[in-house]
Amino acid sequence: MPTEWRDFFALTKPRVMSLVIFTAICGLLAAPGTIHPVLGFTAILAIAMGAGGSAVLNQWWEAEIDAGMKRTAARPLPAGRMRRDDARDFGIFLSGVSVMVMGVAIGWLAALMLAAAIVYYAVIYTMWLKPRTPQNIVIGGGSGAFPPLIGWIAVTGEITAMPILLFAIIFMWTPPHFWALALFVKTDYANVGIPMMPNVAGEKSTRLQILAYTVLLAPVAIAPWLIGGTSWVYGVTAIVLSLAFFALAVPVGLRKRSEDDAMTEEKRLFKFSILYLFALFAALVADRVLEAQGMIGAGAFA
Amino acid sequence: MTPEEEAEIKRRQKSRNLVVGGTLIFFAILFYAITVVQIGGQNGG
Repeated sequence: MPTEWRDFFALTKPRVMSLVIFTAICGLLAAPGTIHPVLGFTAILAIAMGAGGSAVLNQWWEAEIDAGMKRTAARPLPAGRMRRDDARDFGIFLSGVSVMVMGVAIGWLAALMLAAAIVYYAVIYTMWLKPRTPQNIVIGGGSGAFPPLIGWIAVTGEITAMPILLFAIIFMWTPPHFWALALFVKTDYANVGIPMMPNVAGEKSTRLQILAYTVLLAPVAIAPWLIGGTSWVYGVTAIVLSLAFFALAVPVGLRKRSEDDAMTEEKRLFKFSILYLFALFAALVADRVLEAQGMIGAGAFA
Repeated sequence: MTPEEEAEIKRRQKSRNLVVGGTLIFFAILFYAITVVQIGGQNGG
């Protein structure tokens, strides 16, 4: 039976892609300079296709692992709705086309970074490190950190401190975000032998590491303002958000799970972490828009 | 193969063909637009 096209689409992880698209657009809009709307759209499309392609390759590689987890067992491959080789070919095709489109339409530095992001996620993270080290999430965060960097480079054509800081923000944000989730869905990963931090290093160590990365995230999030890359609008937003993140991470970091624990603090931290990233990047774009309108800097709020 | 299965295969093939066709048309238009923008840029636009 031929696979439904919807299953090919589902394989690209559209929900993850929405965050990728959002951060890529933010990188694109926050970068100094302008890009023609058609080219801007093409750059975002290429990034989305690259993210989709690497997500497909990830699921091709992990089909057996996915089959053993409740959260992922209904995906097209473990559910048997698609041939495994078809997924591999689709992933390679999508990844290849995304890099070519980026190179031809936008530039080869952006294309090179997109290729690096795909290899990083599909090969270095998925195939190599995820099954081997409990630091997998720290390393995996790097692949999620590429979109704003690539969006920025699509406009400027060069790598400077600001896009590297955007990369670093998502890199530092991923561990507390994901480990908060891993604390309350722990059994799923343990069943398939993926060495998630709570299973390997224990819950206490994971909680302390959540706190440690939250502390490390704050200066990185505020740095774009400190180095003069943004105005106070972003700076104040970053400080407030980072303080809130820290305030929510402290109880998660220091508390001990009781019997029949509802894990309220962990769920709250996980939800807030998503809001944190959206708000931080939205502030970055708002900062650039206000500056372009002359409302900050020499303008009304200066 | 039952007639129902045959009809289901036809339906899936048809919907896949439509998606592939639509995607190709979309990319043809996109590359036309990219070309116009790039050439416009080179001509000092």
